[in-house]
Amino acid sequence: MTIALQTAAAVLLVGAVLAAVHVPLGTWMHRVFTDDSDWRVERAVYRVVGVDPRTEQRWTGYAGSVLAFAVASVALLFVLITVQGWLPWNLGRTMDWDTALNTAVSFTTNTNWQSYAGEAGTGHTVQMLGLTTQNFVSAATGLAVAVALLRGLARAHADRLGNFWVDLTRSTVRVLLPLAAVGAVLLLLGGVIQNLAAPHTIETLTGTQQVIQGGPVASQEAIKELGTNGGGFFNANSAHPFENPGPWTNLLEIVLILVIPFSLPYTYGLMVRDRRQGAVAAGVMGFLLVGSIALAAWAEAHAAAGPFGSMEGKEQRFGIVWSSVFAGATTGTSTGAVNSMHDSYSALGGGVPLVNMLLGELSPGGVGTGLYSYLVVVVLAVFIAGLMVGRTPELLGKTIGRTEITSAALVTLTMPALVLLGTGLSVVLPVSLDARLNDGPHGLSELMYAVASASNNNGSAFAGLSADQPYLNLLLAACMFVGRFVPIILVLRLAGSLAAQGKRPVTAGTMPTHTPLFTTLVVGTVLIVAGLTFFPSLALGPIAEALS
Amino acid sequence: MTTTRQLGAALKALLVLTVLCGVLYPAAILAVGLVVPDRANGQPVVVGGREVGSALLGQPPSGPEWFQGRPSASDSSGDVSGGSNYGPSNPDLAADVAEREKALRAANPDAPQQIPADALTTSASGLDPDVSPEYARWQVARVAAARGLEQTRVLRLVDQHVREAPLGFLGQDRVNVLELNVALAGLTRG
Repeated sequence: MTIALQTAAAVLLVGAVLAAVHVPLGTWMHRVFTDDSDWRVERAVYRVVGVDPRTEQRWTGYAGSVLAFAVASVALLFVLITVQGWLPWNLGRTMDWDTALNTAVSFTTNTNWQSYAGEAGTGHTVQMLGLTTQNFVSAATGLAVAVALLRGLARAHADRLGNFWVDLTRSTVRVLLPLAAVGAVLLLLGGVIQNLAAPHTIETLTGTQQVIQGGPVASQEAIKELGTNGGGFFNANSAHPFENPGPWTNLLEIVLILVIPFSLPYTYGLMVRDRRQGAVAAGVMGFLLVGSIALAAWAEAHAAAGPFGSMEGKEQRFGIVWSSVFAGATTGTSTGAVNSMHDSYSALGGGVPLVNMLLGELSPGGVGTGLYSYLVVVVLAVFIAGLMVGRTPELLGKTIGRTEITSAALVTLTMPALVLLGTGLSVVLPVSLDARLNDGPHGLSELMYAVASASNNNGSAFAGLSADQPYLNLLLAACMFVGRFVPIILVLRLAGSLAAQGKRPVTAGTMPTHTPLFTTLVVGTVLIVAGLTFFPSLALGPIAEALS
Repeated sequence: MTTTRQLGAALKALLVLTVLCGVLYPAAILAVGLVVPDRANGQPVVVGGREVGSALLGQPPSGPEWFQGRPSASDSSGDVSGGSNYGPSNPDLAADVAEREKALRAANPDAPQQIPADALTTSASGLDPDVSPEYARWQVARVAAARGLEQTRVLRLVDQHVREAPLGFLGQDRVNVLELNVALAGLTRG
């Protein structure tokens, strides 16, 4: 089979699985977030936390809870990593304070950028208590914020958006834990390890020495992909045979990455009582994702004719096609797990994951974050369309007024500001210039990829960059925190303002937001905003490298 | 809620969710692992009562009488995994590939002219357990000569160990080097 046919078959296979799963899962999530009763374990959580699950919050209170939870998470994870020397199963592993802070922010913000190597920085206790837990709750936070925005769109004359603690708990208990448990058992059966063994050295058949690692990998791997987190148990991430032993586990991991982001549009359609809106969302996301996968596979196949055959940084069991599909899935969502080394991709092949991130993580984006990032672009598109035809811009019967459009515009500006300022600062400072492994345009791509990855809460890397140094650790931690929580606050402000409005009736003058024309407008808005913002930098990085 | 109350609620929520997600969940999967110990422990390969490796991990390079895995940025040591991260335009990559090509030619004088790509490039993990069927066959002449075996016998062994990609397109065809070498050791004795 040619690369083109294999890629088409791969995309169809993944697409078929998602098509089969998105309706039941999307329906389930709708029920989870509209249910009036609580599960017993949830009531226990509410009792401990001391909240009344029937009391809802204004957008400010909701945002306050999100922020408080983030601050508590960063603090507790930082302390846990710092004291890991006194904990059981620490395996003698440690981190410097700046690495620990970077890691704490990274896992709390659902980024999972790793400036440490898993085999060297974290013992089993930190992996389970700290990192696995944050993989769950950071994804649950994203889901909660997305649901709050959906309530804002669905409700009329309301001043409340729900209760963050309820949404957080239900996301964890009813959505993430059951799916992760199924995923972990399947991965375990597929060969992903799950034990508490310390590394031990063996003598091989041929008389050489090798260290065999252990660890509770399957449990973490499942939620790492499902929660679009991406932080590897091992340094090689999902390329490590203990994290991803074969073609079936690889397929399962790709599906786990995409399943919630592609099911949420269905939930969206149910929440706003118009399933066509969800179909448009899934269509835009799918179009961008398939396009990026096709482009990456084409670029890598093209490079395969070159002297090195483009297998540098790829695994034999995955090959070009399934490395490209994984690369598209992991950067189209804000996951950042890798099963091949993006730094070794051809200029254009490596440019695709970078562009995927720079689009703002909505193809289909992370758990929750993808949907709210998409809806922000929809607000922009509606506004632009309204200006063009001279009508009041409306979305689902809500007027896009001053509060709405300023919130959406600020969300859209946050990430580019971080990426361009952070990359600009890093290319003039010797401390970060020296961290590059590759020179020339590829070196610029390395730095830009790092800042883009942090600011978009993706976490994948052009891993040649020696990022474990105080300047980059702190810069990227700041990018991760601001890149996550400024948009969240603005999205909740948007939600609050939408909820407060009444619903305008649909008239002949209403612009429909479910037509192919509008879908094209949304895709255009995504591409034009990213293109205008980042084309000059991309021209100096991947494009210059491809042309040289 | 005031800031203090929010922070207090956050800390309590985090602690109770840690019990669920960070203790009970991994413990449950560990318990499932006890039912399938071979899988849970990385499929150790035992020869003569001694653990000689994992079926999932590529091993460090060794003598000419053994099949070799792919080049590794970490020499398959197993203590830290990862790739070279060299971009395609990096002169160090070209130099490394040229050096590998020279070494392969010197060690395999009777092998075909065309060296398979996976023989010249480092894997993503540094622990790739597999090579392409082409690279395994490419090594047959050397291995057979070093062991004083007929090439056809060794070639047949390689062909028996080719694992085809499921569904024809899920991944690539591959040969697990450690399993091939274990079978090869048996062939010599027999």
